[in-house]
Amino acid sequence: MKTMEVRLKVNGEAKQWTIAPGDLLLDVLRREGYFGVKRGCESGECGACTVLVDGQPINSCLMFAAKAEGAELLTIEGVAQGDTLSALQEAFLDHGAVQCGFCTPAMILNAKALLDRKPHPSEEEVREALAGTYCRCTGYSKPVEAVLAAARGAAR
Amino acid sequence: MNSTRTVVGKNLRKVEGVKLVTGAPAFTDDIQLPGLLYGKILPSPYAHARIKRIDSRKAKALPGVHAVLTYKDVPRVPHTTAGQAWPEPSPYDTYLLDNKVRFVGDRVAAVAAESRAIAEKALRLIEVEYDVLPAVLDMEQAMVPGAPVIHDEPDSKGIHDASRNIAGYILRGIGDVDEGFRQSDRVFEREYRTQRQQHCSIEPHIAISWLDGDGRLVIRTSTQVPYHSRRQVAMILQIPVSRIHVVKPRIGGGFGGKQEMLLEDICGALALAARRPVKIELTREEEFYMARTRHPQILRMKMGVKRDGTILASQLTVVATTGAYGSHSTTVQGNTGSKVLPLYRAEHMRFECHVVYTNTPVAGAFRGYGCPQGFFAQETLVDEIAQELEIDPVEFHHRNVIRLGDIDKLSAQLGEGKAGLPRVVRSCSLPECIDRAAAAIGWNGKRKALPASGHLKRGVGMSCTMQGSGIAGIDWASAFLKMNEDGSFFLQTGAADVGGGADTVLAQIAAETLGVSLDKIVITSGDTDTTPFDVGAYASSTTIISGGAVKKAAEKVRDQVLRMAAKMLDAPVGNLTCGDNRVSAVGGKRSATMTEIALHSMYKEKTQIMDGASHFNTDSPPPFCATFAEVEVDTQTGKIRVVHMATAVDPGTAINPSQAEGQVEGAVAQGLGYALTEELVLDDAGRPVNPNFLDYKIFDARDMPKLTTILVETDEPLGPYGAKSISEVPINGPAPAIANAIFHAIGVRFYKLPIRPEEVLRALRAKEAGADDQCV
Repeated sequence: MKTMEVRLKVNGEAKQWTIAPGDLLLDVLRREGYFGVKRGCESGECGACTVLVDGQPINSCLMFAAKAEGAELLTIEGVAQGDTLSALQEAFLDHGAVQCGFCTPAMILNAKALLDRKPHPSEEEVREALAGTYCRCTGYSKPVEAVLAAARGAAR
Repeated sequence: MNSTRTVVGKNLRKVEGVKLVTGAPAFTDDIQLPGLLYGKILPSPYAHARIKRIDSRKAKALPGVHAVLTYKDVPRVPHTTAGQAWPEPSPYDTYLLDNKVRFVGDRVAAVAAESRAIAEKALRLIEVEYDVLPAVLDMEQAMVPGAPVIHDEPDSKGIHDASRNIAGYILRGIGDVDEGFRQSDRVFEREYRTQRQQHCSIEPHIAISWLDGDGRLVIRTSTQVPYHSRRQVAMILQIPVSRIHVVKPRIGGGFGGKQEMLLEDICGALALAARRPVKIELTREEEFYMARTRHPQILRMKMGVKRDGTILASQLTVVATTGAYGSHSTTVQGNTGSKVLPLYRAEHMRFECHVVYTNTPVAGAFRGYGCPQGFFAQETLVDEIAQELEIDPVEFHHRNVIRLGDIDKLSAQLGEGKAGLPRVVRSCSLPECIDRAAAAIGWNGKRKALPASGHLKRGVGMSCTMQGSGIAGIDWASAFLKMNEDGSFFLQTGAADVGGGADTVLAQIAAETLGVSLDKIVITSGDTDTTPFDVGAYASSTTIISGGAVKKAAEKVRDQVLRMAAKMLDAPVGNLTCGDNRVSAVGGKRSATMTEIALHSMYKEKTQIMDGASHFNTDSPPPFCATFAEVEVDTQTGKIRVVHMATAVDPGTAINPSQAEGQVEGAVAQGLGYALTEELVLDDAGRPVNPNFLDYKIFDARDMPKLTTILVETDEPLGPYGAKSISEVPINGPAPAIANAIFHAIGVRFYKLPIRPEEVLRALRAKEAGADDQCV
């Protein structure tokens, strides 16, 4: 099988991976042990495989790993600083926004991308940011509350 | 409810929460096994066919393929995939692999190969010659004499009448409905239709199986029923239960879809054949038609009432389809009667149901378990009756709903596939639920508001629903606790947290009983080797049944702790209490920390403080729910926008109120989809038309209306710390409440789900054309 090398940064660490040209980013990330990147539909509809590529939320099931050459990726594994959770992660726990937790990494990453760009979003903007992530457990109320609470906390 | 409690009733963080927010390995697929093979199932392209010839030699010869299985290679053991207590009330009409296929997506063969691409290629190399049979997709046609017989095999068991495709039949009642209708001033009757809804767990079904060092078959699986799966796989693969180890990791949503032995048997069979670890994960498309759905039903609901609105008699006649196999067939449909009709205090009730096979995807357990269908019929008919009698629906409900102290006699007639046990209402805040949800939606003002003049019409509607808390006399659970040197406790339970928060709730119950903080409880759950038996996560049973076992076990362990402390403190046991991570003498100053007690017990007395307990109930206390909806209908486009949903629930005690609210909100979201958007559509050959999230629409964060969630707690005598259940009941209300709100907004009744914009528009045009009171 033909292979190629891809160089990128994942959660701040430089990586060099040997991949096949057709490998999807989702598959490579999971193969490399980033289990927080979830497989939900493989067609860019559910959003569970979201990672941030140069700060932008991307469905990793729709992106060739080869296209990540030179990119900076953030997965859920890189959101906490060591044992210290981010404000968003704390808020998700405090507001009961995590049920099964399968879509939680994608929710948090989408919210992070929003708050990095816009620290004080409206509820509408939060819902817009989370709309790419399907959640079948929460009805979205508590995740939206959690993001708004994290944004308020960051203002303090 | 009780201010002295320190753990129960508190919004504590989920015990496994940090793992989930950091993306740490938690789910079935979050492991890497050397030599893992990819399993794939060859789905039938035909709705009904016999396999004339199947040749897997080319597939087997493909490099990288390690196992190919057809019906010729596996034992033929009739069974049900329904994850129910033994003996399962569902018919034994399913085979690991068969020489006949009964729906598009039915198993034809399975392969295990070194990569997904090789496995997919191997499937294409399996040569199959089908003798295509006439198929029947329509549930009413399926019962007509001369219809194709779907289960003509002689070895299936427990089918009501295979020659007429009737998987199950139920006829039960109390009183005399005909007499009740004669005594009534008015009798109303309507027909309702409900659709095929899919669970859409974001984590698809997945199982990974391998042989451990001792040659035992390990099955790591996304399941709600680890113990039932173990028992069923043992039977199907004909190996002893003791040679199987089922592991349930974190589960990415179940909603009933995983109360099913769906992949465990075939995955285990492939692992045994290949002698290598095998993973099978359904794709999203496969999930839609190879997993399970809610049972579609046709319901005829008839009610007789006095002029003052008192309901005298109710009769529900149902035809439902279970698809090609009878998983949960009679039990789901039994619930459509037993948990729906007794909401009202009518003396006379009759429930009749035919559950029929069709060549369609298999239906199964789905949150609500037959109740969403039944309540859609009952609660929209009640709204129509209230309107005809010119009684406000809120008032109509107050007059008729079941009350504290009532005995639901229909439940004694309609149990889990057989006669059940009577249900006594020992706790009930339904009247307060109605009033508080009505106030939240602004009922009084909005019901009387004049219709808007523009094209956007608003309306409000309501419904009342109930459910159960475990299956009376059948569901049971056990739990085990042992104390560690640091004063913490290991809690082992077979309960299967599928994401709803059971581990947290059970740990809270243990902590409260032992007088320790939640961080002192370390829970292991859902592992058939290391945790004691539990039927699993279904029938709204975990909090009340598994929680009951945990409380009993914790009480026994607490007694041991107190006796040990009595020796250390030289005080009578009766003077000691547990609390604040220590044991203290009442009124005295002496106390010992849990750590001191544990060290003393283990190293001075050489005694492990530990105990276990089992628990079941002979009654199933109903949680109650009032659902109020406000909608806005665009009369130019037919678009329905739900503006606000107010849901008030009586869950007994909410062990963790924030988690309980989350259960309500998630159920409402699924109920909104059921009401308005979700339907798995089949073409005329039985092929799924929309097996993806683009064409099968579930609600996203923008689609959701404002949600108001109100918990009106009660103290249930049969539940641990007064708890009943909450996960299912709120899914029943949205569809009828929304249908009733749409009627209030535009004066059109809808009798079929989902209610789509095109149907609204068609009905409005028909109404403009002259007919009053359109029925759709």
